[in-house]
Formats: sequence, structure tokens, C-alpha cells
Amino acid sequence: MANKPPERDLAPTIQKLRLRYAKRGRLRFSSHRDFQRALERALRRAGVPMAYSAGFSPHPKISYSNSAPTGVASEAEYVEIGVTQLCDPDKLRSALDEALPPGLDIIEVIVATTSDFSARLEASVWEMEICAPTEEVMGAVGELLGSTEVLVERMTKSGLRVFDARSAILLMEMVPQSAITAPADTQMLSECVILHVVVRHITPSVRPDDVLTALKQVGNLVPLKPVRVTRLAQGPLTEVGISIGDPFDPDRVLV
Amino acid sequence: MSSSTIEAGANKVRPRGQSVFPELEALLPLIAKPIQYVGGELNAVTKPWEDVTVHWALMYPDAYEVGAPNQGVQILYEVLNEQPDVLAERTYSVWPDLETLMRENNVPAFTVDAHRSVADFDLLGLSFSTELGYTNMLTALSLANIPLHAVDREDHPIVVAGGHAAFNPEPIAQFIDAAVLGDGEEAVLLISNIVKVWIEAGRPGGREGVLLELAKSGCVYVPRFYDVEYLPDGRIKRVVPNRADVPSRVTKFTLMDLDAWPFPKAPLVPLAETVHERMSVEIFRGCTRGCRFCQAGMITRPVRERSMTSIAAMVENGLEKTGFEEVGLLSLSSADHSEIGDLARNLADRYEKSQTSLSLPSTRVDAFNVDLANELSRNGRRSGLTFAPEGGSERIRRVINKLVSEEDLIRTVTTAYGAGWRNVKLYFMCGLPTETDEDVLQIATMAKEVIRAGREASGRRDIKCTVSIGGFVPKPHTPFQWAAQLDHESTDARLQKLKDAIRSDKEFGKAIGLRYHDGKPGIIEGILSRGDRRVGNVIETAWKNGARFDGWSEHFSFDRWMESANYALENTGVDVDWYTTREREYTEVLPWDHLDSGLDSEWLWEDWQDALSEVAVDDCRWTPCFDCGVCEQMDTEIQVGPTGVIDLPMPSPRVSPVLVQGLCGN
Repeated sequence: MANKPPERDLAPTIQKLRLRYAKRGRLRFSSHRDFQRALERALRRAGVPMAYSAGFSPHPKISYSNSAPTGVASEAEYVEIGVTQLCDPDKLRSALDEALPPGLDIIEVIVATTSDFSARLEASVWEMEICAPTEEVMGAVGELLGSTEVLVERMTKSGLRVFDARSAILLMEMVPQSAITAPADTQMLSECVILHVVVRHITPSVRPDDVLTALKQVGNLVPLKPVRVTRLAQGPLTEVGISIGDPFDPDRVLV
Repeated sequence: MSSSTIEAGANKVRPRGQSVFPELEALLPLIAKPIQYVGGELNAVTKPWEDVTVHWALMYPDAYEVGAPNQGVQILYEVLNEQPDVLAERTYSVWPDLETLMRENNVPAFTVDAHRSVADFDLLGLSFSTELGYTNMLTALSLANIPLHAVDREDHPIVVAGGHAAFNPEPIAQFIDAAVLGDGEEAVLLISNIVKVWIEAGRPGGREGVLLELAKSGCVYVPRFYDVEYLPDGRIKRVVPNRADVPSRVTKFTLMDLDAWPFPKAPLVPLAETVHERMSVEIFRGCTRGCRFCQAGMITRPVRERSMTSIAAMVENGLEKTGFEEVGLLSLSSADHSEIGDLARNLADRYEKSQTSLSLPSTRVDAFNVDLANELSRNGRRSGLTFAPEGGSERIRRVINKLVSEEDLIRTVTTAYGAGWRNVKLYFMCGLPTETDEDVLQIATMAKEVIRAGREASGRRDIKCTVSIGGFVPKPHTPFQWAAQLDHESTDARLQKLKDAIRSDKEFGKAIGLRYHDGKPGIIEGILSRGDRRVGNVIETAWKNGARFDGWSEHFSFDRWMESANYALENTGVDVDWYTTREREYTEVLPWDHLDSGLDSEWLWEDWQDALSEVAVDDCRWTPCFDCGVCEQMDTEIQVGPTGVIDLPMPSPRVSPVLVQGLCGN
């Protein structure tokens, strides 16, 4: 390799755009890295004039926040990109959505006019489809909400960690099946209970599987099949901390 | 195939072609990397089951990460799906974690496109790049509830083997219904047509009827119509058709005019990470360099080039359809393309300003190749430089007909290091015919000389050279098909000596990386490569004993294979050594002699004798024909340029559809 990175035409970033995308159906099994590769390729296919970093191995300027775990569907994932020419957010949305495989869907694109976007992602709403008798599920939910602390353990990059899963849970309620927000990609089973759970983003993050571990620990809840989870929203906490706002709102106000 | 439903699981009846995804989905949260089983790739195709007559499941019998980028499968997938009356879906091997769960939950083998049960298809085509995929085929058959033995099948898919390993399908003869030799594009269309006619005529003669139609074509091998007789000493006496209406020899397919077959037109873009994170464009097929160890070079003759114009169009179209960042210009020896210089310059001009990188995956030891690599990496994207001298000494390189002198190599690497490349990879083989310790030890001498010359050329001490060594396995349809394979103990001892010779060198040792595998897997590959029908029982026994993913060192067990072989070959009078380390005589009937690669066996034998006499043979592209037999036998000819096209027009710049109108200037 040469001693110095070769001279390249590195146009500066002149615009930042924020994307909200969904991970649906069978593509919920894509990992964060899988999505990264798919997005980078889709950006090239869609002809988005991406800004690149300098160096031996230039990378497109993309920043991800808070991606949902592998296997968890989402209606509210966020990513920010830097471009070298002014782009039309609506055209970018449709061109990029077209360039991604069905199931990775771009929902909305806005021009970023504010900073500190990731700090606005204070909490998530998770929808959980738990296949177990209603009274068992609600019993476990009652036990969990009645506890002040539920310690769970999970393997993290830095080894096995023990942390409290209870304090991050702001709300946990059963919703009627008719009120399901996530798009149904396969038939919903009648013996399943739908929970909406609002979880505050803390460190280490409390993920849906931690909530399920907690339900198992305090309420002995063992679902009959793997729980299907969908993130419905991410955003700032409003109204005494159980409702989630749209994190794009500040950018919209300033447009 | 005649009934409209099949039994699935305990008592559920699932209509043919219906998705099994709901059952599979419940298992996906419990396993590693579930994304590899869900399909949904960009450019994947699913057709309604009822819309077509002929249904193909195409399998690459290895993990998705290896199989998904495979060009052969991607080409056939497209060729078949372009047919209005045919559909093709893909399936890959499942890892043991999912295999266990599928068995526990009665989830059958499935395709990743529409998640249809493999057993529902009319045909199951398997592409064998390597013999080490044989046990994975058995896993797939068993998960699909297809009987392992072809003779036990009734209303099941017709199992067809293809790929390079299918040039000797005898070890898997009992598991497959048919094998196809050579290029698949026209073969799958021919088979589809025969099967379609058979289905539409009400399946006359049943399964045997359609297999007979395939066999009669002369280019589909149906093992059940051929009997193998053995001599008392274990050698084959003869292989003869057991019916009068099938040909005594089966010939390979050769696709002529690659420009007319620009596949894949829309390469698949996997979501899961794969071994090749790039798009490939095949720039020519076949090779006449004549390296005597190289099965690919022997069985894919003659050379057929794709024109520069056509290649550039495929690169442009593929990038647009996929968004890949890297393009590999694929062939057996890419720098040999008659227009390669102009091609590299034109592509470099086109993509210099972009982030697209171009690479030549296989290159010869030649300073010209460094120029090409420099040209292709003009925009700064350099993916590494690899050369394959294959043999450590000049003598052994004459034996294998890899005509590279030490001076060539030093000149080449000096050019590379001088041009700013910091790491050069060199490929060699160990265990070649007539090889001695001295031949292999010369690899160390060569590597040291490479570093010395590289330091001088670059003026730096931090340059590196990586030496990778593969064990040589003699392959069918090559001049070395008669050779004795080196036993694994000798291979390991030789490699140890080489390692010591490199490591003990204080001046250069640390700059040389050495990568090699022990000799044991090569012995198993050896028996699978040159085996006959008796080896089928070895494969089945090993599989029953748990053999899976034999190309993966973490799954491969030499002891399991040897125990299985000893058990399965008991009372046959032959054993693993007989198949591997035994040299064959000219008169011996080889298991693949009735399968015609076009190569004249007398020519192969003469070339083998030339090897032993250390006599080199030139490339017939630039010298008169040597009568290897292929062109005459197959009625084919060398198709090379140059076409006379020197400059390609720059493609019209693509107007980004996402820009704000009127503000799209820089």
C-alpha cells in the first residue's frame, strides 16, 4: 500500500438527512451489520451523492443510533447520512426504499436542522406478542410492576453483566388484538397476549429479551413459542414519562 | 409429483408448493445468524407455484455464506427463471443447530426464496464445486424426506448433480438420479424441456421413463443405466450400459459465445455476510495454460472469451442493479484475456472517480499483472496482490507445467513492492508428483529472496510476504489422474521442515507469513475425487456417523472418515490407500472413463509422461494445437479476441434521482 492515502475528490458534506426506517417480516432477522451493508449498497444504487471519509479505506458518512436487536422487528429505526449535494428528502425516501429489499422500508426522510438527535431517543415502545394464557401473562406483569428491582443477567461485549431491568420499564399494558399497531406479516395466534411496553434507554440498555427474562424470573412466565417483538416508536419522553414524542419534530419546526 | 399434497409432520397435509415459513419462523430466534435462512435478497425471484410446469430447487451444498455468491447457481437461477414455464428457487445447507431443530419439529428442507419444501419440486439440482459437499447433500435429502438412494425414490424430485466434481460422480452414483458435465446454461434448459414434455404427456414410464429420456440425450449421465464390473484385484473391469438405448459415453456441455449469455444480469445481493462481498463478472471461461494439477483448466476447455464491450456492459449493469462496491473480473487466469490491458484501462477510466474497486482474483506471476493491478486500483482501493507459482523449485514447476522462472517471480514482486504494494501473497502446493523435501524447502528460499528484493525495491523493512500452501489432490480428467497422492504423514513432515526453515531465519523469517493445513483432509478429498461407486458406502457411513460440512476444519473429523471407510470398504479388497496413494497404470479402467470431458486419454497419458520427464508444454492459444482432443471431440473452438475495440465510450453520467431540482451542480 502507498504511504499516504491517494488524493481523492472528497467533496464536503453540505447536507445531513435523517431517515426513519422499518425492519419488517422475515427481514427482522437481519442484524445491525446486515442492515449496514444493505443500506450502503442501496445508497449507491439509488444514486445518493454520499459524502465519504478520507483515508486509505473511505467510508460513507452514515451514523446509526440504537438499532433494534436481531430478530426484533421495528417501525422506528433511525439513521443519519451526510451528502455532497442538496437532496430532496421525499425523492430520497422513495429512491432508497426502492433500492432496499422489501422488508427494509424507508418510512420518512427529513433534512436535519438540529443537533443532538440521538439524545432525543429517550425511550422505546415495544410490542410483544406472548403466547401464553392471559392470566399467566398478566400475573407475571403484575409481579414485575410490583417489584422495585429485578436483577437480570446478560452476556455483553464486556462479559456477563447483572443489572436492574425494572427501573427502565415505565409502562406495561395489555392491548386488545384489534389495537395491534405492528403490521401483521403472518397470522396472529388467538392464544397470544399483546403487551405494549415503554422502556427508558439507560446503560446498560434494557432490551426486550431482558424484560422477558424479568417476567420469567418474577412471574415464572414461559411462553409456548418465541415471543415476537416489534419496536413501535422511539423518541423523547413526554407527559410524566409514559408517552413517546416524534424525534423529528424539532427538525420540522425549524424548516 | 403426481399427487397434489404431501404428508408434512405428524398429520398435517400441506399443499404442494406452500410455504413452510410459519413453521421455520418459530425456530429462527433459537439459532445463530437466522438471516441466512430467510431469503429476501435484492434481485431474488419468486414465481407462483401453479404458473409453471417445471419446478427446480437449486442447491449449493454448503453454508449460505459460501453458496449465495456462487456464480454457477446464480446463473442457472436466472436462466431458469427467465423461462415462462419454469421456476427455480435456491437452497443451501443448514448448520447443525438448525438441522437438529428441524428434525425435532418436523420442518422439512426448504428453499430460501418462497420457503417451499424441497420435496415438492420436480428437480433438485446440486452444484458441487468440491467433493467435500457430498455429506451435505445427504443431510439435505434426509431433511427433505427424500430417500437417500435413488432406487428408492418414487414421487420425489429428480436429483441432478453438476459442477466440477460431477466429472466423476461415481462416488455419489447411488444418491443421484443424474449428473451433468460441463457448462450448465444449456444443460438445465435441455433437462427442463425433457421433464416438461414428460409431465405434460402424463409422466409416461414413470420416473424411469423420464430418466431414460434424459440418458438418451447423450449428455445427461444416469448412473442406474450403467453397470460397473470389477476385476478380482479390485480394479474396474468395465463400465457398460445395461440397456441398448443409452449411449456408452456421456459428453460434457460446452457453452459457446459467452456474449450471448450475459448472466447473471441481476446478481443477488445477500443480506447476510458472505465470503465474497463483491459482484463478479466472468471475463472468460476455460483455460489452456495446461497446468497439469488443475482440473478446472482441463475440463473447461477451450478458452471462450467474453468481449471487452460485453464485459464493460455487465459491470455497469451489475453495479446499477446491486450497489456493490467491488467487482471481481472472474476467470481461471484473468490476465490472459486478449483484451485485458484495454479492459483494465477502460474500466479504470470509468470508475476512477467513484468508490468502486476492481480486482482480478486470479493472476499469473508476471510483471504485467502488477501493471494491471496498479491500473485497476488507480482510485486507491487496493485489495492485495496474489501470485501462484504453485511449486517451490524450477524443476517441480516443469513437472506441473507452471512455467514461471525464479527471475520472473523476483521481477514481478520487485515491481509490486516498488509500486507501493506492501503485502504479496504467494500460493504453493505440497505433495506434487515426484516432489522431494528439497522442492518444498525451496519455497523458503524463494520467499526470503522475495523479501530481500522487496526491501531493496521499496526501501522499506516493513514489507511482508504471505505463503499459503495447499495439499495437492490428484483429480480426474487431468494428467495427474494416474498419480499417487502423497500420504498425510509425509505431507505434514515436509511442511514442518518448511516451517522450520522459514522460522529459523533471523533476517527474513518475521516478514514471511506461512499458512497451511495438515495433510489429513486432503486424503479424504482424494478418495472422494478418484473414488468409484464403492466409495458411496463410505460417504453414507461417514454421514450417518455425523459427517457434515467437511470443508470446514471445525466440523471435519479425519478419524470419523477413516473409521467409516474401514467399515464400509471391509471385504471389498480395497481401502483408502488404494484409492489415494496408489499410482495407476495406463491400462487401468478409471471410474470416470465413460464420462467424456473431450480430453483424449492418450494425450493425457503423454502429458503425464512429459510431467515425469519434466517436459513443459505451451499454451495452444499461442502455439499450434497439441491435440488434447477437446475441440475435435466436442466440435468447439478457441474463442479469443482481440475484437479490435480499443476505447469504450464513457457511459453517460447517471443523473441522481434524489437531488433537489436546479441545485444539482457541484
